[in-house]
Amino acid sequence: MAEVEETLKRIQTHKGVIGTIVVNAEGIPIRTTLDNSTTVQYAGLLHQLTIKARSTVRDIDPQNDLTFLRIRSKKHEIMVAPDKEYLLIVIQNPSE
Amino acid sequence: MFTDETLDTVGTESSWRKSLQSVQESRSCQTLPLHTAEAEVQAQHVSDSGTQTDAGDSFYEYHETSVDHPGLKEFLDGVENMIIKELIKNSRSHAFDGFEVNWVDHNETVSCIHRLQHPDAQSRGLQVTSLSWSCTGSVIACAFGRIDDGDWSTERCCVCTWNLDRRGLDPKRPDLIIDAASAVMCLSFHPQRPSLIAGGLYSGEVVVWDTSRTQDPILAQTGMSVDTHREPVYQVHWVPGSRRGELDLLSAGSGGRVLQWRVDGVESRLVLASGYALVRQQVPMINTLSKARGGSSIGVTALAVSPWDLDSFLVGSEGGLVLKCAFSSQTVSAAPPDGESVTLRAPAQFCFSPSSGPVHSLQYSPFHRNLFVSGGTDGLAHLHSLLQPEPLLSLRVCDSSYVFAVRWSPTRPLVFAAATGQGLVQIFDLGRRSLRAATTIDQETGGKPVYCLEFNPRQTHLLAAGNADGTINIWQLSANLTEQGPRETAQLEQLANEAAD
Repeated sequence: MAEVEETLKRIQTHKGVIGTIVVNAEGIPIRTTLDNSTTVQYAGLLHQLTIKARSTVRDIDPQNDLTFLRIRSKKHEIMVAPDKEYLLIVIQNPSE
Repeated sequence: MFTDETLDTVGTESSWRKSLQSVQESRSCQTLPLHTAEAEVQAQHVSDSGTQTDAGDSFYEYHETSVDHPGLKEFLDGVENMIIKELIKNSRSHAFDGFEVNWVDHNETVSCIHRLQHPDAQSRGLQVTSLSWSCTGSVIACAFGRIDDGDWSTERCCVCTWNLDRRGLDPKRPDLIIDAASAVMCLSFHPQRPSLIAGGLYSGEVVVWDTSRTQDPILAQTGMSVDTHREPVYQVHWVPGSRRGELDLLSAGSGGRVLQWRVDGVESRLVLASGYALVRQQVPMINTLSKARGGSSIGVTALAVSPWDLDSFLVGSEGGLVLKCAFSSQTVSAAPPDGESVTLRAPAQFCFSPSSGPVHSLQYSPFHRNLFVSGGTDGLAHLHSLLQPEPLLSLRVCDSSYVFAVRWSPTRPLVFAAATGQGLVQIFDLGRRSLRAATTIDQETGGKPVYCLEFNPRQTHLLAAGNADGTINIWQLSANLTEQGPRETAQLEQLANEAAD
């Protein structure tokens, strides 16, 4: 279990990283470095968006699948690494 | 028969005493229900317990997760390298620099949406000396007076207000006209109560008007007491007062005094809370070339209060000095006391390199705590850092004319506007790396000066300019002057740091 925490800590120390969240298949956050309400909001919305993105990729080509999702906004870049059981969400401020 | 009469007299005395006691008992009863009536406290406790359950919930969640998550370690091991690679790449990438998406139709032009005027004041040749937007951003107040003529006059002047959000707005008829005994030199709306306006008069008086009162709008005034300024008041500003939640009024004038007034609405008086006096010999000069010439006072023409540090303020003087001052200064001023009710203190702490003529306008940057801009009769706008005496940048606003006002944009960290004596408003964009104005707005005054300039604090695309011909122009700014770019705060930070090196 300590290895999981260490991995998250390693990611968190990178330049401009604002927060890291791990979400399970139901969309419930199980690890976070952010506060409660922000975590719940990010987890819920990005879980839905990832499902939608994956189904889009697979509808276009059934042999294909989603491997990584990145969202660039004026303030942040949100990266989502999906898996059948978990999602890793990292929020970064690239201009910092 | 005779024995019955003696028994009756004993009974009446005891009943009188008993009735007294019963009165005392009923008093103690009255206090009891008062104690039990605190139902509100109980309700607060209930809501507190609600938040406790919330925290408990998340604890439970965390506990559940930390017990066992099959495959979580493997998942993280799998994605860690990819995520870290992307994070590093991202922080180094400049792929999105200056990239912007057009989600909405941008307003590309600067347009004049209103040209306000008060025909009566205009016909008497009065000038717009000061402007202030209310805290809601819908009402603009304009002070009418005279700047060009140095006479002590008793000509009646006025303050006019227009509500720009009102449906039947008539640009030639103000919603409210408040008469003033002499020329009004400065105005400032209360930052929280939209009906209160503070003003400073040429006669030295400071007045607070309440526009919600129809009969007599004067809420409080200094009157003519020993504490009052004896020279024109050039700036009024609301500052946090000694009592919590209340705002005091700071006024400064050419007499070299900066006075802080407490508003006493009951007695409709402004009471002097503290006072500062600036004299030449107490200015920390950078070079001691100019020897102190007696106790000559420094006339204040501009004042700015820091939004970052509640203790400090800036003062611009008639002699071209810009001084950093502190409210907490305890040094007694060398100015000879003139019967004031408080001891005047010397606030000056630091002197920036002086310019050649009066400093007309000063403002702290709303985005960086060390930056401020000043403008004056040298026709330049100086961008200063609080950390060094020399300006970081001096931008030529106009040739052979004065700068009367400089104001930072409330939305774009790198943009400020300057009003000139030739009737132009020049808007500078420091991000363009050019020393020329990004936009020039002609106020169509026929070459007469623009005396004052204010951005609307709420509707940030609006800019008001008050002119010497008695008109006020309300401009709607274009998107490139109001919408903040992606790296703008970082650029401002860089600009401020260049100074420190």
